[in-house]
Amino acid sequence: MIGSGIPTTACTGLCGPLFVEFPYGYEGILNIIYVSLYVSLTAVALSTVFSITVAVLVGFNDFPGRGFVIALINTGMGLPSVVVGLVVLFAVSNQGPLGQAGFHLVFTREAMIMSQFVLATPVITGISLAAVTGVDDGIRDAAHAMGGRRLDVALVTIREARYGILTGVLAGLGRAISEVGSVLIVGGNIEGQTRTLTTAIQLEARQGRFELALVLGVVLVALVLLINGLLLKLGDRQIR
Amino acid sequence: MHRRQFIGLVGGSTAAVLAGCVGDSETGGDAAILDETLTLTTTTSTYDTGLLGEVNGAFTDRFGAEVDAVAQGTGAALETARRGDSDVVMVHARGLEDEFMREGYGVNRRDLMFNDFVVVGPDDDPAGIDGMNEVTDAFAAIADAEAIFVSRGDNSGTHNKELNIWEAAGIEPSGEWYREAGSGMGEVLNQADLEEGAHTLADRGTFISQRSELESLAIRVQGPIEGGPELLANPYGVIAVNPAVHDNVNYDLAMAYIGFITSRDGQELIREYTVEGEQLFFPEAVAEIPNFQQYVPEDWKPET
Repeated sequence: MIGSGIPTTACTGLCGPLFVEFPYGYEGILNIIYVSLYVSLTAVALSTVFSITVAVLVGFNDFPGRGFVIALINTGMGLPSVVVGLVVLFAVSNQGPLGQAGFHLVFTREAMIMSQFVLATPVITGISLAAVTGVDDGIRDAAHAMGGRRLDVALVTIREARYGILTGVLAGLGRAISEVGSVLIVGGNIEGQTRTLTTAIQLEARQGRFELALVLGVVLVALVLLINGLLLKLGDRQIR
Repeated sequence: MHRRQFIGLVGGSTAAVLAGCVGDSETGGDAAILDETLTLTTTTSTYDTGLLGEVNGAFTDRFGAEVDAVAQGTGAALETARRGDSDVVMVHARGLEDEFMREGYGVNRRDLMFNDFVVVGPDDDPAGIDGMNEVTDAFAAIADAEAIFVSRGDNSGTHNKELNIWEAAGIEPSGEWYREAGSGMGEVLNQADLEEGAHTLADRGTFISQRSELESLAIRVQGPIEGGPELLANPYGVIAVNPAVHDNVNYDLAMAYIGFITSRDGQELIREYTVEGEQLFFPEAVAEIPNFQQYVPEDWKPET
């Protein structure tokens, strides 16, 4: 896996048997991958629960300002991650509301989860909402007619919209695991603690070790591909 | 001997006391700082050269406390400390450090080590600055020739130094040739390397540790370590965050860290740290002759 596709001619003094010499050991790499997965998967899992709830509530109900809420959700998809990072930083800083409340969240994975939650939620909510509203009214009516309560109707709708929702979840995951701006700000890129694949890539690129940065990028893409495959397969099996 | 002991007192005694604590804990006593974590905000230069990994590892071995090092650049590192989000800062911009202390955010500053800045430029030397003795002359020549200059533009220690030099040269840099990158040292060196004929001001440590990756850049004006002008000196300081301003900071661990890094052992680690056979940082915390200015802002006078 490591070094695949990286031309040997690009190496300048860093080439080992794996084309690129890693400044940290095998365990260091595993830890970086672990932190990336832990933070992004947690953030996306929490976000999925929240997003589907919001999507169903907004999708099923008509209320004043509904159009505004939808516009807000869609705008949120374009939030710059650095801005989200700064807002979360101010919230968790020792001077901020959460810091004042006694939580020590600055430069922790929990703070990174918070910022990725904020980044992923508009994406998952927006796409889920489109999927939910796209479900044929007849199916909902049928569920009602069969004596289904509101919750049953919601579950039937989610089931019908599952592929759309899954697309949203995967898009949200892509947004979360690939962003570097906010996790760098709230996480601090601390070795062994808050260093993710993206912040490691940023660090290596900063030091001019472009080959190593590219290899880490390949690892990241391979990881996302793997998760995509797993989730699609899982979603397929469970819901059917 | 007395004098030396006195100088070492500030950090040294704290380190000794805390070292004693850890010693006790090994025999079942109170593990005061074991497993605690110190948050250090610092500059990219100490981090990217690999020095911090060396020093912090030794600190952890000795005290059993972890160091979370966050590399940000001097301006951002001090700002993080102002908010109480770090316990100790290691930075290199005396003006900003003094401001930080005057505002009451920092206490117990120590001179730590120094290296120097160098002006790097392309091989064909379009501004003709190679070997100039005065960096202000070199900057003036770059401005005259409108040769490309990549500025850090990020309120870091290096950026502040660069601005001081322009000021000393009596030039307000602007125009197509002057590029504010807003990035770290490594990124700016890469940028200057990729761009045809670009100059920048770099700290010697980062330049040396990255030199093997840089194809077109070489040192054009040397700093004081190689006989260049004193204006290019690059002193590093270490400051604890004032626990009276932020009661959440881990002050005693911060002082243990300052004690360790300014101790003979810590300073020896700095002296022995080399990249490609070159020493990057020169320790200056252990000295027989007292330097009281290190504890207070440079022009500070007691009010009478």
